Amino acid sequence: MSQNSGSQNLGSQNSGSRTSDQAQSAARYPRYADASLIRAKFTDTIEEVIEAANEITVVAKREGLLEFMTWLRDEPALRFDYLSDVSCVDLGEFASPRFAIAYHLYSFAHNHRLRVKVFLEEDDARLPTMWDLWKSSNWLEREVYDMFGVTFDGHPNPLRILTPADYEGHPLRKDFPIKGY
Amino acid sequence: MLRKPDPLSDTLMTVSLGPQHPSTHGVLRLELVLDGETVVKAIPDIGYLHTGIEKTIEKEKWQQVVTVTCRADYLNSMGNDLGYCLAVEKLMGVDVPNRAQDLRVLFTELNRLSSHLVWFGTHAMDIGAMTAFFYAFTERERILDLYECATGARLHQSYFIIGGCRWDIPGTFVPLCDEFLRGFPKFLDECKRLVTGNRIFQRRTQGVGVMKRDEAINWGLSGPTIRGSGVNWDIRKAEPYSGYDTYDFKVPVYDTCDVWARYLVRMEEMEESWKICVEALKRVSEPGEFVADHPKLKLPERDLMKQHIDVMIHHFLLASEGFTVPIGEVYQSIESARGELGFHVVSDGAERPYRVHMRTPSFVNLSALPAMVEGSLIADVVAVIGSIDIVLGDVDR
Repeated sequence: MSQNSGSQNLGSQNSGSRTSDQAQSAARYPRYADASLIRAKFTDTIEEVIEAANEITVVAKREGLLEFMTWLRDEPALRFDYLSDVSCVDLGEFASPRFAIAYHLYSFAHNHRLRVKVFLEEDDARLPTMWDLWKSSNWLEREVYDMFGVTFDGHPNPLRILTPADYEGHPLRKDFPIKGY
Repeated sequence: MLRKPDPLSDTLMTVSLGPQHPSTHGVLRLELVLDGETVVKAIPDIGYLHTGIEKTIEKEKWQQVVTVTCRADYLNSMGNDLGYCLAVEKLMGVDVPNRAQDLRVLFTELNRLSSHLVWFGTHAMDIGAMTAFFYAFTERERILDLYECATGARLHQSYFIIGGCRWDIPGTFVPLCDEFLRGFPKFLDECKRLVTGNRIFQRRTQGVGVMKRDEAINWGLSGPTIRGSGVNWDIRKAEPYSGYDTYDFKVPVYDTCDVWARYLVRMEEMEESWKICVEALKRVSEPGEFVADHPKLKLPERDLMKQHIDVMIHHFLLASEGFTVPIGEVYQSIESARGELGFHVVSDGAERPYRVHMRTPSFVNLSALPAMVEGSLIADVVAVIGSIDIVLGDVDR
């Protein structure tokens, strides 16, 4: 392909022999759970269901989160028996809400995934622990606490994990200095 | 005056295993509370190798991040780069050409072989079989030579970029790789005769570090560790990426849930990886594209740059400013040599990632270690650590 129009030919990238690749790409992305199953239930807890980039995100409130997660794990049509990841995003020191916690779930029975997202205010950054549902949450939640300062109520061992015990601050917050510290 | 400790007293003793103990495979420290030789409680203490990779990533441009991710799990560096690249490609909606995918498969599988060879050598050495270590590292050296031939680097290759591979393989690579692959089954046979049939090794590993199927799922184990617990789950099969669904390979599963089962899974996995490598090498021997034909990802050709000023400007901007990625977030996981390696990538539409979280398999697998070793003997702890194959760079990031 000629490059002589620089960044302007962004739109013409899907030309030529790409069709066979695109037929593959539908199967290439992991499957996500059926959103309509989730939308129907827990209307008080679920704020929004987002479908983007071939993935499904359920934005949930903290109130009722534990019941919602228990349902996701035990409902036969969903059966999310595996907690892959707990991840946190700091939306910036002036943002409100400031933190977004993302739980990435996987189901062995149905081979599908789901992301559950909870937004938290900075002065009330606490969540119930998922220790009773998935034991893999143990260290993942400790990491989120260590890096962002979000606390997990009921966690069996709510200590720092990667930084030393007497460390001050939470390094992955956006206002954490990266120079001259 | 010192009082002699009473051997029959019921007090517990605390022993610190590591962080400089060679059997901990890096800088892992285990606080073991012992009753005689029995482990009552095991508390892993990690973070000695924490280098803030996720923070560093936020300061790198999209295309530069592969130089950081490969340093997390330094034995599976190609796999780490692949996971990140796949995540960003998913966010950008880029399709990678088939031959670039085959190159990626070839190198990640070679990487799996070299990573498993390190595991094989060190795991056998932990249990007392010294010779296996030398055999494994000699063979691994030949794989590192292959990386060097193709990428110029032996450990931190940064060979995969968003959109494909950094450059094509040189002409000398295919015969070199072919020669290595021809000799590998014989080598693997030797390894098996050396260790698998060894009765001491079997007695040290059978029935040790047991974690049952349901428990293994609940603790979030992945990779060969969960396949040793009878769960048939390999992301290459369950959620195929990079065209793994076009390769013919089996997923070894054992259900005795102990160190021995994990050993057998990895040994058979090496055979399957070898099969994939042979097929992938056949495919990459044909000439073809090695990077997606996308203006953001493929650098302009040299000749065109000399003829057109706008192509020159385009090259300059790509090399200096980088490119932007659409706003959004994705989670992409791959089967690394150790298990599920997930990348949660968040973009705010800038030239740099807003946030990249690495769900590393060693981290989650290690969190289940206390559940595996509590109640067993102190000598078994070393065997169990070897069997979950942790890399501390992967744990601490």
